Amino acid sequence: MSGSKKVQLHLNVNNEDMHVLVESSKTLLEVLREDLTLTGTKHGCELGECGACTVLKDGKPVLSCLLLALECEDAQIETIEGLADKDQLHPLQLAFAQHGGLQCGYCTPGMLMTAKALLENEARPTRAQIREALSGNLCRCTGYQQVIESVEEAAITIEETENSAAGVKS
Amino acid sequence: MMRLPPFRYIAPTSVSEAAKILKEEGPCAMLVAGGTDLLANMKRGQQTPEILISLSNIKSLHDVSNSSGLTLGAGLTLGSLLENDSIRDSHTGLWQAAGVVATPLLRNTATIGGNICLDTRCSYYNQNEDWRKAINNCLKKDGDTCWVATTSKTCRAVSSTDTAPALISLGARVRLVSADAERIVEMKDLYQDDGANYLQRHSNEVLTEVILEPLVGWRSTYWKLRRRGSFDFPILSVAAAVQTDGGGTIEDARIVLGAVSSLPLLSTEATEFLVGKKLDDDVIEETGHIMAKLAKPRGNTDLTPIWRKKMVPSFVNHALRELRGDDVRELRKRIAHQARG
Ligand SMILES: Cc1cc2nc3c(=O)[nH]c(=O)nc-3n(C[C@H](O)[C@H](O)[C@H](O)COP(=O)(O)OP(=O)(O)OC[C@H]3O[C@@H](n4cnc5c(N)ncnc54)[C@H](O)[C@@H]3O)c2cc1C
Ligand code: SF4
Ligand code: FES
Ligand code: FES
Repeated sequence: MSGSKKVQLHLNVNNEDMHVLVESSKTLLEVLREDLTLTGTKHGCELGECGACTVLKDGKPVLSCLLLALECEDAQIETIEGLADKDQLHPLQLAFAQHGGLQCGYCTPGMLMTAKALLENEARPTRAQIREALSGNLCRCTGYQQVIESVEEAAITIEETENSAAGVKS
Repeated sequence: MMRLPPFRYIAPTSVSEAAKILKEEGPCAMLVAGGTDLLANMKRGQQTPEILISLSNIKSLHDVSNSSGLTLGAGLTLGSLLENDSIRDSHTGLWQAAGVVATPLLRNTATIGGNICLDTRCSYYNQNEDWRKAINNCLKKDGDTCWVATTSKTCRAVSSTDTAPALISLGARVRLVSADAERIVEMKDLYQDDGANYLQRHSNEVLTEVILEPLVGWRSTYWKLRRRGSFDFPILSVAAAVQTDGGGTIEDARIVLGAVSSLPLLSTEATEFLVGKKLDDDVIEETGHIMAKLAKPRGNTDLTPIWRKKMVPSFVNHALRELRGDDVRELRKRIAHQARG
């Protein structure tokens, strides 16, 4: 069967404006991975069950496997490729590396994006809040404990950095 | 990659435009809101619309109004509903139900309208195409046998929406708009006992809003049984709302069972039994038995039908004790996170 019609789509990915010609039946996940070659966002179940494909849309974590690309017209999309600031890893990335928050790493891009959105809303989340926020991101390797500790650690680092930047004693 | 089959995509900006397209294109067109149910079903070939009419550009579907009672636009995401503290206080059961739908990630796109219209589920149907072909499909789509009840002429797939039982317990109504007409339907009458054709909604109608009357003296709650605490579809749920006078005597009550039939089940017998009484232990116990008679779980979900039926009185008990004012927070936490059978 021939594919769907191609349509012009404008979106902003990791602070870069992009115009792409996409098949109208593609999900955001397919457009990111195939048309924009941003393969950091992973595909797991592709049915909304695992969270591997999580990206931020206008600041909120969403599942790109169940989101039509055309529903993202003019949206701000953040993917794992935009998390580090050039060579400077994001505190969440450092914390995951230091605390064993990842093993095979397949769930990690999704975990990190969900955790980023959480920390932007809630600077010092409780363990219960972290568990709840990450409840849609499945991991086969870590057993979750290290993931939660990594997010807690990153929250502290971010707070300390902000405090010292503002000249406040922590 | 698991691809979506090709379709034509249209994103109208008004309800009337959407209704017009539905009328012109007929049943080969379907509405898509968050897409968290429909797109997954399309990937598995369960639903095969040729045209998708997106509701996301229709601004009026995102309105909330609580000037008199509460009106919720069908396009509101469950996530935004959960951020609304006044809904938590005034319509607790709905808020609790919305909070246990799917995962926080899905709730950022999943809508209340989509949840109300959610396709029914069955372990012989929610499978990939090859799996379904291997059993010659079933009554719900492309086949002529129901594998759950082989003598049944009707599909018995399970109503799995979390918010519908809660909305019915709160006496909600919905507005359905087509190109030529508009009607308001009580949520309790929106569903029918046929898993393949579970909605009274006509295929040319857009569900635009949920209407809730002001609730004076009502308290409500929602209890959900699922295998996994993190996320899972319900395999039994109890939505209860009770209106009492100052002294605790019941003036009106609605108890609804979810996920044990092809439609949410509102018990008129329980209402009749409860009115004029107080929620003492015996009354609660008896209500549990009344509700259990209504449940018709079958072997097409997770866990066994016998066990799901056995859990009905317990869940009614938890719900009504909570409404009476007992502190059941620990129990709720334990059950929400450790349901098993
Ligand atoms: C992993 C996973 C877990 C899930 N767990 C749960 C759960 O625990 N509980 C639960 O209830 N659901 C669950 N869901 C299902 C789904 O995410 C929710 O029911 C969600 O609320 C559906 O809303 P939506 O906007 O995404 O619907 P869509 O997929 O857009 O639509 C669903 C159906 O409703 C119709 N529709 C949508 N809006 C309208 C409208 N305004 N008027 C008329 N028809 C309309 C569509 O045509 C379609 O048939 C789960 C889904 C996944 C993938
Ligand atoms: S209840 Fe029967 S007809 Fe309906 S989906 Fe299941 S097997 Fe198919
Ligand atoms: S790939 Fe999207 S949730 Fe699994
Ligand atoms: S690190 Fe392997 S799945 Fe999470």
